[in-house]
Amino acid sequence: MHTSPAVVDEHAHENPALLHHFATEEQQKNAASLGMWVFLAQEVMFFGGMFCAYLVYRYKYFADFGSASQQLDIKLGAINTVVLICSSLTVVLGVRAAQLGKRMALVFWLVATIFLGLVFLGIKADEYAEKFEKHHVPGASFSYHELLPSQEKLPEAERQYANPHHAEMYFSLYFAMTGMHALHMIIGVGIFGFLAYMAWRGKYGPNYYTPIENAGLYWHFVDIVWIYLFPLLYLIDRHR
Amino acid sequence: MFGHLPLWPENASTNAGNVDALYIFLLLVSGIMTVLIFSVLTAFAVRFRKRRGQRAVQIEGSHHLEITWSIIPFCVMLVFFVWGAVIFFRERTPPQDATEVYTVAKQWMWKFEHKGGQREINELHVPVGRDVKMIMTSQDVIHSFFVPAFRLKQDVVPGRYTTLWFRATKAGTYHLFCSQYCGTQHSGMVGWVTVMEPRDYEAWMSGGAANQPLAVTGEKLFTELGCVTCHRSDTQGRGPNLVGVFGKPVLLEDGRTVIADENYVRESILEPAAKVVKGFKPVMPTFQGQVSDEQLNALVDYVKSLAGPQSGRPANASGVAVATPQP
Amino acid sequence: MATAVVTDSGERENYLNAGHGLRSWLLTVDHKRIALLYLLSITFFFFIGGFFALLIRLELLTPAGDLVQSDTYNKLFTMHGQVMVFFFLVPAVPAVLGNFLIPLMIGAKDLAFPRINLLSWYLFIIGGLLMTFTILNGGVDTGWTFYTPLSTEFLKTNVVSAAIGIFFAGFSSILTGLNFIVTIHRMRAPGMTWNRLPLFVWAHYATSIIQVLGTPVVAIALVLVVLERLFHLGIFNPLLGGDPLLFQHLFWFYSHPAVYIMILPGMGIISEIVCCFSRKRIFGYKAMALAVVGIAVIGFLVWAHHMFVAGISVYAALIFSLLSYLVAVPSAIKVFNWTATIYKGSVTYQTPMLYAFGFVGLFTIGGLTGLFLACLGIDVHVHDTYFIIAHFHYIMVGGMVMAYLGGMHFWWPKISGRMYPEGWGKLAALIVFIGFNLTFFPQFILGYMGMPRRYHSYPPEFQILNVLSTAGATILAVGYLLPMVYFMWSMRYGKPAPSNPWNAAGLEWQTHSPPPTFNFDDDPVVTWEAYNYDEMGEIPEKPQKEEVPVAH
Repeated sequence: MHTSPAVVDEHAHENPALLHHFATEEQQKNAASLGMWVFLAQEVMFFGGMFCAYLVYRYKYFADFGSASQQLDIKLGAINTVVLICSSLTVVLGVRAAQLGKRMALVFWLVATIFLGLVFLGIKADEYAEKFEKHHVPGASFSYHELLPSQEKLPEAERQYANPHHAEMYFSLYFAMTGMHALHMIIGVGIFGFLAYMAWRGKYGPNYYTPIENAGLYWHFVDIVWIYLFPLLYLIDRHR
Repeated sequence: MFGHLPLWPENASTNAGNVDALYIFLLLVSGIMTVLIFSVLTAFAVRFRKRRGQRAVQIEGSHHLEITWSIIPFCVMLVFFVWGAVIFFRERTPPQDATEVYTVAKQWMWKFEHKGGQREINELHVPVGRDVKMIMTSQDVIHSFFVPAFRLKQDVVPGRYTTLWFRATKAGTYHLFCSQYCGTQHSGMVGWVTVMEPRDYEAWMSGGAANQPLAVTGEKLFTELGCVTCHRSDTQGRGPNLVGVFGKPVLLEDGRTVIADENYVRESILEPAAKVVKGFKPVMPTFQGQVSDEQLNALVDYVKSLAGPQSGRPANASGVAVATPQP
Repeated sequence: MATAVVTDSGERENYLNAGHGLRSWLLTVDHKRIALLYLLSITFFFFIGGFFALLIRLELLTPAGDLVQSDTYNKLFTMHGQVMVFFFLVPAVPAVLGNFLIPLMIGAKDLAFPRINLLSWYLFIIGGLLMTFTILNGGVDTGWTFYTPLSTEFLKTNVVSAAIGIFFAGFSSILTGLNFIVTIHRMRAPGMTWNRLPLFVWAHYATSIIQVLGTPVVAIALVLVVLERLFHLGIFNPLLGGDPLLFQHLFWFYSHPAVYIMILPGMGIISEIVCCFSRKRIFGYKAMALAVVGIAVIGFLVWAHHMFVAGISVYAALIFSLLSYLVAVPSAIKVFNWTATIYKGSVTYQTPMLYAFGFVGLFTIGGLTGLFLACLGIDVHVHDTYFIIAHFHYIMVGGMVMAYLGGMHFWWPKISGRMYPEGWGKLAALIVFIGFNLTFFPQFILGYMGMPRRYHSYPPEFQILNVLSTAGATILAVGYLLPMVYFMWSMRYGKPAPSNPWNAAGLEWQTHSPPPTFNFDDDPVVTWEAYNYDEMGEIPEKPQKEEVPVAH
């Protein structure tokens, strides 16, 4: 049985970011990357449960979901979508800056990402507040008396109203899904805050930018979840 | 405690014997497999125990063996699957003219109502040799109707009907258990199914206070709640004429076709907008919160009685429920 | 072997004596120490869950519900299930033996993410604290399955804290699985190819896939239950348009694969033990590796076999029944292959091997009874009866716990540097086997007779079988207490263990017992196939600790 000489001492002269249990930087980078992808796989399953519930009830309560969806502000939702997509761009530019060793540019792009994330969360908070005022938050104070889609064209006597229970189901899922998404965004903003500070301290460069890249992956995932949430929650039955 | 050591429930339904036969077959096959594996393991453990001077023989494996002992067990399992599926299919297909009993389960009792209006709590009287179909719902949480002597159970779910049918073969009294955990008195939610000879059963049915048949109760409710104003027996009503509807396909506004079964009628009363019949407007109000489960059962049975002379059997074999829409 | 590092007291440095004090343990990132932290925690929960079981069996001695009140009984079986499943069975083998052994087996210095490993343990502890709070604050009585609308609308007990506690335990499990996947992919020593991996590692790889993909679904199911309770949503409430069956689908989508999380690592242990104590390579290495992955994959497709009578359609039931038979095939292959491994071997019967024999026999019975349950016609009768309870206890206790104990005995010398007392080990194994069968075999009969599960009181004709079962449970309890006692005894008085007391194949045996903090004195390079028992000698009659040249 062969053994190779220990390589611990050689590492000390290499990248100080190399952790003791990895043999090479490349191994560490690959491990971190795979770890983030596996983490994202379980996030897909986590959100997947809620998407499953959404699918079931959207099918069962088709028209009522359409009605409740009209209550959301499509403009704010669209702005948020653009904001998030831009924030994914700023993340990518941040990774690029790290690869090129541009410390201040990296900090700038990370802060920009944080800023855009906060804009998203701010708009979301505004939307939530509006829902609160209109008593569309599920629970004891829920109250709903809106029409089904495209019913306003009909004469008064023939109009049909959405079933308030089913509308409440929509809003339960709306708050659960966007709430969980917002929680993930808050965590992401926190992570980027930490990374921006570390970047400002000069921890990242062409030799080592794995945390930026992996945080970016996480952020892209959060973005993609929103890309699914936006049409499912905001855009259904708008054509009616 | 040692009076008699029962190892097997009584066989009291047509289904029970079939299930037992399959069970015995599975016991035999499993028993043989168990004995086989145990004895081979023991034989190897003894025969190949460590002996001086004898080394283990390294064997890589054998593709042939792997395939053989994958395919043969799977084929045997397919037999289990098919046999069990056949029994299951029969269990889930109630005969057309079964006697119906409505069941409402609640924490922690069973409420039964026969079509003739007789009500029972925790006790169910049924005749020998006749098909009986339980139409069940729960008032609160999920329960499960379990009669070991029939080898049958079915979860009873709030918000919808589930059904279970059987034909009892032996007069006697058999355990009824709730077999879905439902809270504090779950193990107290038990009762008896009393199977009677037909003559005794007739006597029991007609004995006691005069009962109003379920469908008559339903008809009275139909009037009291105002259903009759829209669901008229002519074609001028704002709602579809319900005569001959039950058990037949219904064409809906959105293009789907559904069968008008118990769940359809129940849903139509509680959530009318869910399935609107083609040609009609969604103007029916909901009766959620205004009718109890027992009243719903009565209404369902009334609508069922409009379908033809025998409950559950549609008046004619074909035809989709259609009515002239109100201009 | 190269020279070893020495501590101040003159003994060789190993992971146990490297650093003393609470901080060095609570802030450790050494996978071996974290494994021991887990060992303490899951043992604690095992005895809590076991205590509840004992109370249940005592109550069931008599048909009347006379020992405890109905509500108390409902809490007992609920918390027995929750504690045993989420705080013992799911973490036990992966977080203790997997954590300890995987880096050693693949020749790595640690897992890929040591700090996440520690985080996993803390998440487990948070979950455990919430569970303990639940127990002390009056308990929870939803059944471990949390069915709605009972759990969301009708119970006034600590449902929320229990659900959140399990959520944290689940998150811990996800991170452990994530760590293992990345470790196995990226941290293998040079020459340790996939085809040379010990089956213990393959089993944990398959388990980790299930942990990562399945656990989030039960996590979200429990989150929705908590939200529903707190904010009176109607997702599972029929009165508000919700569907109770949606919860069941979301719950079982995880909880069925969860049983494979529980059993696959145990199967990995058995492969290691059977090979060592037959002095043979495993029969059909590729088939065995493929089988664990196959079980993991197919295991995701069978969840609704828990719902045959729940109100699903006939056609759905048919599909799930067929798929459930499919998943039985790879399990059967494993039993056959273990048996074939013993063929023409050179078998000895140390304690680990006794547990392995017990496992194969009891898993066979448990697995065969699974065929009964996959069968629609039979399941309608025995679902929610003691037949089900007997089935899953045969697999979980007769299978998984025996495998766990077998593994603990097998690797105890490596973990602690001490030999356990062999005579006591054999005795405990025998007591466990007898106690187990007496406890659970009568329950098959009870189930077919129609005794429903979760019943506090029962008709008198069921009594004698219940009495037999309780008698078995007391014997089983003794069998479980014994190892606790003699393992602790051995830490002080056990014979010091050599690096390889069993002359077993595998990299973990190529380093000291206990291993140094960074596992190997020199980084291993692997040039041999797995289970190279043709090159290993025989098991030493009396393992002697070797003299190690010490550098000063």
